[in-house]
Parts: sequence; C-alpha cells; structure tokens
Amino acid sequence: MGLSGLVNASLVFKLVGLVAVVFAVMAVTLKNVFHCALALAAMFFALSGVFIFLDADFLAVVQILIYVGAIVILIIFAVVLTERITSEAIRQTNHLLIPGLLLCASLLGGFVYVIDAARLPAESTPAQAETIRIVGRQLLSTQAEAFEVASVLLLAALVGAVFLGKEITKK
Amino acid sequence: MTPLSHYLILGAVLFVIGMFGVLTRRNSIGILISIEIMLGAVNLNLVAFSRFVETSTLNGQVFAVFVMTVAAGEAAVGLALILALYRSVRAVFADKFNILKW
Repeated sequence: MGLSGLVNASLVFKLVGLVAVVFAVMAVTLKNVFHCALALAAMFFALSGVFIFLDADFLAVVQILIYVGAIVILIIFAVVLTERITSEAIRQTNHLLIPGLLLCASLLGGFVYVIDAARLPAESTPAQAETIRIVGRQLLSTQAEAFEVASVLLLAALVGAVFLGKEITKK
Repeated sequence: MTPLSHYLILGAVLFVIGMFGVLTRRNSIGILISIEIMLGAVNLNLVAFSRFVETSTLNGQVFAVFVMTVAAGEAAVGLALILALYRSVRAVFADKFNILKW
C-alpha cells in the first residue's frame, strides 16, 4: 500500500528516521532554547513522515497540526516571555551529564536487546485504506467514554492554564 | 516493507534522547521539550504496533490520539506553571525552583 511499493522505501525510511534522530538530539542539546523549539518542530515533521510510512495518514496530519501548530508555538511563547534568562553564557546542563548519559545508553542497550530477542510479527495484514473513518468510528463508539474524559481533561487543563497564567494580586 | 523492529528501534532511540534531556537539562522549558520528544516516541511505537499487529480496529492509532490530547494539555499547564514560577522566582532553571521547601 502506498509508499511500500516503491523500490527504495526502506532507504527513505532510514533517511527520515535519521533526520528525526538528528533533530531530536539538537532539541535536547542546543544551548539556545528557542533553537531547541525549532528543532522540536522539525523533529515532529520528520516523525509525521514516519507515520505516513506506517499508513497512518490521519495521525500524520494531526501530529503536524497539534505538535507543530500548537505545542511548539506555545513553547516559543514561553521562551519569548522568559527571554532574559536564555542567553548562551549560562550553563544549560546540570551535574548529571555523565550519569545520565550512562543510564540512557544502558537503557537503549536494554531496549535494543529486548526488541532483538522478541519474536515480532512480520507484516501480514494489509493496511487500512481509510484510517480516518475507522478512527472516528472508534472514538464515538468503542472509546466514547475515553473521548468524553479527554474532553473534560482538556477543559480542566484550559481552566488551570488560565488560572495559573493570570497575574495573582495579593490583597 | 520496513520491518517492525526498525520502527521500534527508532522509537527507542527517540525515547532515550528525550530521557537524556529530562535528566540533564537545567532549563525547565527544555525539560518540557524533552518530555514532548518522549511522548512522540511512544506514539511512534503505538502506531507501529497498530500497523503490524491489529489493523482492523486501529486501536493503536486511537490511543495515539489520546496521547496527543494529554500531551497538549500537559504542555499548556506546564508552560503556565513555568510562567507563574518565572514571575515569582525570576528564573526558568529547575534547580532554582525551591520555593516549596520549608
């Protein structure tokens, strides 16, 4: 289905994955937080490319809409509102650099070992042609309760963000 | 077709990168960025499993939609918290946030 029919689909996947990893590393290690936010946006673009490889077209679009369109913009707003602090001279990492690196490397080793040892299913089932219809049906029938809870959660987050963002005047 | 293990390894690498950021960054906005990377990696795993294991119901994709919802709410509340803290502490560094201590 779709891209999998192309000759070099695997190569393109590796390229997109490499782009995602490189931008993720940039988002985590760059000194300027504004550049980090931009790298995060690029990382999510690459990740939505990976979603297209997985025949999840609806989710790829939603990924760009929500993450790049909303969350990264929100992060950039926060960066701009707290500007003075984000100069290059200030140390951006804490003293956990070496232990953190060791912990993450060992965790990655464990992940790769488990993934390598697991007997994963090979691709057998054909992809769904119209994911958006199935996802919509699921959201409003099987997952209706979770859908309602998610709407309440978003309302609570909205109210909470407004309350926290409001200037609190002491009496 | 790319095998499932490649997607899982990409997800694992992204998750570990995000975790490294959470552990080592001082800037709390940077920590939030790293958390978003971790959530994105988890989403990748969910979508990959929904493609390879169960394609008739697309449960993994539905779950990924919920993860995105929670991520959006988390980003909004987290950034509002950071801005509120910035107003009182005048800093965004996590090791400066000690006003809950005695």
